[in-house]
Amino acid sequence: MSELCDLTATELGTRLRAREVSSVAVLESCLARIDAVDARVEAFLERTDDIARGQARAADERIAAGDAPPAAGIPLALKDVLSTRGVTTTCGSKILETYVPPFDCTPWDRLKAAGGVLLGKTNCDEFAMGSSNENSAFGPVHNPWDLSMVPGGSSGGSAAAVAAGEAVWALGTDTGGSVRQPASLSGVVGFKPTYGLISRYGLIAFASSLDTIGTFTRSVRDAAALLSVIAGKDPMDATSLDQPGRDYTEGLDDPVSGLRVGVVREAFGEGVEPGVRASVQAAIDTLSGLGATVTEATLPHAEYALSAYYLIAPSEASSNLARYDGVRYGLRVDGADSIEMMTKTRGAGFGAEVKRRIMLGTYALSAGYYEAYYGQAQKVRTLIIRDYEAAFANVDLLVSPTSPTTAFPIGAKVDDPLAMYLNDVFTIPANLSGMPAISIPSGLDDAGLPVGIQLTGPVLSEPTVLRVANALEGALGFEARPPLVAGSAA
Amino acid sequence: MPVEIDIEHVARLARLELSEEEKARLREQLGAILEHAAKVGKVAADDVLPTAYAIPRSNVLRADEITSSLPVGEVLANAPEVEDDRFKVPKIVEVE
Repeated sequence: MSELCDLTATELGTRLRAREVSSVAVLESCLARIDAVDARVEAFLERTDDIARGQARAADERIAAGDAPPAAGIPLALKDVLSTRGVTTTCGSKILETYVPPFDCTPWDRLKAAGGVLLGKTNCDEFAMGSSNENSAFGPVHNPWDLSMVPGGSSGGSAAAVAAGEAVWALGTDTGGSVRQPASLSGVVGFKPTYGLISRYGLIAFASSLDTIGTFTRSVRDAAALLSVIAGKDPMDATSLDQPGRDYTEGLDDPVSGLRVGVVREAFGEGVEPGVRASVQAAIDTLSGLGATVTEATLPHAEYALSAYYLIAPSEASSNLARYDGVRYGLRVDGADSIEMMTKTRGAGFGAEVKRRIMLGTYALSAGYYEAYYGQAQKVRTLIIRDYEAAFANVDLLVSPTSPTTAFPIGAKVDDPLAMYLNDVFTIPANLSGMPAISIPSGLDDAGLPVGIQLTGPVLSEPTVLRVANALEGALGFEARPPLVAGSAA
Repeated sequence: MPVEIDIEHVARLARLELSEEEKARLREQLGAILEHAAKVGKVAADDVLPTAYAIPRSNVLRADEITSSLPVGEVLANAPEVEDDRFKVPKIVEVE
């Protein structure tokens, strides 16, 4: 028999509204799972048990009164780059180790209003910069499928928490793949909607033209339900789109026959593991069996996306991270004057990857190099958007592997930044183009590690992306759970 | 060919204190990363316009209404040093 913490939010919602279970019981199930596994998984940086217990009791009262929105009583986790008033928000960095935000980010504000229950803040790569969660100042996260492996990153803690049943769902952020890649490596559903659909007020910035909040869930239906709670225009974020709130679970079960799906040719070349290729190909055949018309598609400039990304994102980061100067919040290391104080503070407070990107971005924006690097990267961005527009003239959705590899051992790539950056080669284009993309588990490789398939659609095509992902998920019937928790989940 | 970088100059621009070991490692790593990233220069023609935001927006204004500010006490509680409800910094000008 399953534990409550292993059910989806949709299943729990039905049982909560029928008064078969209480929010308090669901919460205690999650807390017991965290107690049982998190010393080994290390997904959480901070637990908020007391806050959660109060919120679960309040959710039970609401449900008893007949007011039960989909998020009511569902325990969730937030990546530690999302501001939570009164709860430490570190960004996985020593420079913000003691920072306590004076306000809530909008997604948490909306989830709280809908009856959400906060379990705590999850570990991540420092300032969301990384693909393995090894860049956290507070230690790595362990993949629940194999504790010697990385869970992916940068939202590794949120991915692992949902995979291990510690949280029912969670939020992360995706700047170059930081929701989809860890979802793929951890065997859960990771959804990055259209840029601007979810408000970023209270998201601590990394690269503002790319940063997108995304969801981790154990089903596509849950992703649609969670998106429905948090999406929509927010006056506090000038980049949020003028989109009214809507129920993204509507139409989720509509048929996919006749839909045109393009297989991205460039995403099946060198560097893709055979196990990944086989699993994703089988999933594409399944999609074809559902009545979708599968053809080949091409993104000719995709090979330049990684280069463009590793100029644009660090450039924006070098500017955004200028605010950590030892004056208003976070660490301060004393110096003889203000400049020395700032320089020493930043030298002591930032980790190796963050320093690498600040230096890269500062160089790419500096006098004499701006045009050759940043300016050219922005032009490549235009070419990639044109590639997508051309592809979407012929197909409704594009499919590819989410990541070229399954989970890799902790420590395997830490000394080789370029090899690490290659993890994001298939996820980055959707950030450069702002388009919605989802990763769902397609199966396991021979080593028993999860593989993810990515579906990408045009701007604001969330209903189509979710509908196809839902149909594919149902046809694939991926029900495997990490060995760590499989006994209780079986 | 790896790109040669004046690490001292870039670190000064970034207000970043680096050890000698960090400088040596960054000189090597950034050189290799930039060599790879320089690919962008090969493909983007002069007639291609740059994209700053995939979904551009302009002149996003809010209504000109008075709203409450952040709670000053909670904001200042995060500051390393405070005096009279202000952020305190080391001396920035010489006083005679």
